[in-house]
Amino acid sequence: MATYDTSDIRKGLKIMMDGAPYTVVEFQFVKPGKGAAFTRTKIKNLLTGAVLERNFRSGEKFEPANVEIKSMQYLYKEADSFVFMDTTTYDQVSMPAETVGDAAAFMPENLGVEVLFYNERAVGVTLPNFIELPIIETDPGFRGDTATGTNKPAKIGTGATVNVPLFINVGDVVRIDTRSGEYLERVGRG
Amino acid sequence: VRAWVDQQGFLEVETPARVPAPGQEVHLDAIAAPDGADGRFLITSPEYHMKRLAGAGFERIYQLGRSFRAGERGPHHQPEFTMLEWYRAGGELERVAQDCEEILAAAARAVGKEPPPVPFERTTVGGLLRRHAGVELRGDETVPELRAHAARAGVTTSASAWDDVFFQLFLDRVEPHLGAHGPVFVFDWPAPLGALARRKSDDPRLVERFELYAGGLELVNAFGELIDPVEQRARFTEETEVRRARGKTVYPLDEHLLEALGRMPPTCGAAMGFDRLVMLVLGAREIRDVVAFADDEV
Repeated sequence: MATYDTSDIRKGLKIMMDGAPYTVVEFQFVKPGKGAAFTRTKIKNLLTGAVLERNFRSGEKFEPANVEIKSMQYLYKEADSFVFMDTTTYDQVSMPAETVGDAAAFMPENLGVEVLFYNERAVGVTLPNFIELPIIETDPGFRGDTATGTNKPAKIGTGATVNVPLFINVGDVVRIDTRSGEYLERVGRG
Repeated sequence: VRAWVDQQGFLEVETPARVPAPGQEVHLDAIAAPDGADGRFLITSPEYHMKRLAGAGFERIYQLGRSFRAGERGPHHQPEFTMLEWYRAGGELERVAQDCEEILAAAARAVGKEPPPVPFERTTVGGLLRRHAGVELRGDETVPELRAHAARAGVTTSASAWDDVFFQLFLDRVEPHLGAHGPVFVFDWPAPLGALARRKSDDPRLVERFELYAGGLELVNAFGELIDPVEQRARFTEETEVRRARGKTVYPLDEHLLEALGRMPPTCGAAMGFDRLVMLVLGAREIRDVVAFADDEV
């Protein structure tokens, strides 16, 4: 792959920095009146999610990061890893539980996800922002109690627990924001 | 703003926009505008011709006009922009700082806003580097010494030129703090960063220069002008060599300017990005918000 320089910088460009893959989140042309032009960036480490600010002098060069994002389907968990399938090629790949991390809590079987590959190795999974899952365990609901602000714990199909309003019953299907882990609304009744 | 400069006794002048020597600075590139084969460029600032007028005895002059810089496009940059440039014979650089305070006040009042409280904060490059980067800068460091300072402040750079290492350090560690709490003057720049400024009499490693930062904008650059034609010629020649070494367009030395410097009384001069002044008082985020037609709308 060709090297990039500062004129190639744009949102989403994936580059190597200090030995790790980063993606450009924001960038801006800056130039001191008496100095060289720089590109001010915010870049996100694709492995850790940490966001850094870096100023690149015009003409500085970087190596492209060998990363690829593939649409895959989560199949099942085996021992300490999760198995995904490429929905185009049907290739399967296994990712250690520690790499999947917190995403596992909102990843029911057969969910379509995006898997990040770095140097051909699966290093991260991104869930859809919203998922809909049935409640499998919670205290009985109080019909008609739609007051907000009062919550109770409820277990969803993946085994994770979310806080839901009091009127939710076992079998109800709820919509959850996978980024915050928050209940959003009831989309079906049990 | 015009009323203020007029009332201060500044004479409005107009100088040529198309010149053979548009500015030697290594980091400014001029836009070529030849008529036939006359090899002229659009000015990157009106500085050289205004100094010729200062050398001819005009003691207070100003110009509100266009300058042109190739390749500068961004929220705070347009290749064609309006600059307010003024020169004041005699006075200390501090007097020009007060001019800036009064111009900001006039601009704020013009749009019905409360002027920022004066005096603005005054600080130095050395003080800022000490506070925000833990670096003690003298101004005469070698490039390896400067890089070592930067590295201790956690700033790594592949740059090999003094000013490039300096600005990596400055942009990474200092600039994000500038002007967040009101306008701030930054005085006492290291000598390598003031090619047209005179050295300070009490510390020749520094030059008589300030920058005014406000609202995250670099708003004004001002010099106690270098009026020694011999030293100026040496600095121009050095810059020309750097331009040549980097494969940039090399402009001829402006002999008329060098000649005029010899006749110029001690003078201070300042250049204010006028579009940025308008952004500041209106709270605009980008230059394109304060001009009728941005560069990509022409």
